Amino acid sequence: MSTSLSQESSPNGQQPVHTPAGLIAFAWTLVGVPLAYGLYQTVKTALTLLTG
Amino acid sequence: MALPGFLQRERIVARPGFNRWLIPPAALAVHLCIGQAYATSVYKTALVEDFGTSQTAIGIVFSIAIVMLGLSAALFGTWVDKNGPRAAMFTAACFWVTGFVVGGLGIETRQLWLLYLGYGVIGGIGLGIGYISPVSTLIKWFPDRPGLATGMAIMGFGGGALIASPLSRQLMNWYDPEYDPAVAGTVPSGGAVSALFFTLAAVYLVFMMFGAFIVRVPAEGWRPDGFDPSTVKQKALVTTESVSAKNAVKTPQFWLLWTVLFCNVTAGIGILEQAAPMIQDFFRTGETSTVAVTAAAGFVGVLSLFNMAGRFVWSSTSDYIGRKPIYMVYLGVGLVLYVALATIGSSATWLFVLLAAVIISFYGGGFATVPAYLRDLFGTYQVGAIHGRLLTAWSAAGVAGPLIVNSVLDTQGEPGSLVAANYRPALFIMVGLLAVGFIANLLVRPVASKWHEPHRDAAGTATPTAARSAVR
Repeated sequence: MSTSLSQESSPNGQQPVHTPAGLIAFAWTLVGVPLAYGLYQTVKTALTLLTG
Repeated sequence: MALPGFLQRERIVARPGFNRWLIPPAALAVHLCIGQAYATSVYKTALVEDFGTSQTAIGIVFSIAIVMLGLSAALFGTWVDKNGPRAAMFTAACFWVTGFVVGGLGIETRQLWLLYLGYGVIGGIGLGIGYISPVSTLIKWFPDRPGLATGMAIMGFGGGALIASPLSRQLMNWYDPEYDPAVAGTVPSGGAVSALFFTLAAVYLVFMMFGAFIVRVPAEGWRPDGFDPSTVKQKALVTTESVSAKNAVKTPQFWLLWTVLFCNVTAGIGILEQAAPMIQDFFRTGETSTVAVTAAAGFVGVLSLFNMAGRFVWSSTSDYIGRKPIYMVYLGVGLVLYVALATIGSSATWLFVLLAAVIISFYGGGFATVPAYLRDLFGTYQVGAIHGRLLTAWSAAGVAGPLIVNSVLDTQGEPGSLVAANYRPALFIMVGLLAVGFIANLLVRPVASKWHEPHRDAAGTATPTAARSAVR
């Protein structure tokens, strides 16, 4: 399930909103890039177990 | 003290149509930053030399931070639940960043007490509040997959160290060109470490505030499309009732889970604490080991990867097989693997690495699955506060784990001359601990209805829950 929408109406009758896909992509990129960097560096270190 | 309007829970209630997949990155933005706590070893030697003190005196900084994590999570858990994730993340960011700034000033002025106060006490409070800040929110946004949701966030805590270690080395190399992380024996200057602290403070401030400002809480009664709460109700041990944090600590279930977490974490720390020297000692013949120093560093890297992956994979798996069974695996299979490590672990390097890696994946899984286990037993009502109180088990294990391993090894000989057999007493103590944890998990039963919060009808009259059987 990639997205999940709230129920049709809110208790206080608020208008539905649409979360921009760009914002979701930006948020995931912001946390994903450093995590990928950390993973890459750690895998590189871990490989020395085989080569070291 | 009233919170500023922009931090109040009412201001962050999501409107219909809000996409819940914006919440995991908000949680990760916080956990990736506070996970730095497990990367302190990269500048430990530099601080020892700069302050002209012992390893223990610098190591205490980390211990203070972990103790403060448990204490602040326990003390502020109810406040976090009441005021919502934005206020909690904002507060955590302020403490965590201030901790780095004060700690950096301590290094700059060579005042060790400032480092204790800054990184240890103030930063430790930020750690505790930050750790629990997104947990109950994630559980509420993902009632269909709570293990996956909390696994993602708590995986971030493991990932934070993976990022902070290489990043810190690189930054210290920029601030002190004489320090080369690739050359063994070079140590960064104190000035480079303080500059690192100030840089991390700025970076973490931006990241954590980003998380604080995109996080939202679901509206009352919200549920994901296609999700039927009755399917959750039918699972063993899962309640739809609510238990307050105040009442939860009076139940045997809370203390059984406290024991489970304490035993699982202590056993994991037993390996993590000694990882690099341990693999060399296991394959030592006389003065020399067949495992080189660089390979030992690689082993630490493998453990970090399995620690992080275990948080996500095992916690997500618990959504399918249930929380109690997955802890049977962590503790029961972990126990068998620990026995294998102690008895046949020294027969081949690949076997040693495999056994240790799986054990560490269970250690990570234990951390990540416990919020969902609490949700199952006590409901979502004050799960953040209950989780906060449970994290005192982590603080206790953070003291007990290294204490057990180091005190046993001290009786076995000098570092650099130990062999596999010298580790056996410590490893069998861990086996005993895992057995205790296994039994504690086995004893977990649904929470008695007398601890459930009363339901209120439209007129506001409380109705007792004893007659209902929502817990299966």
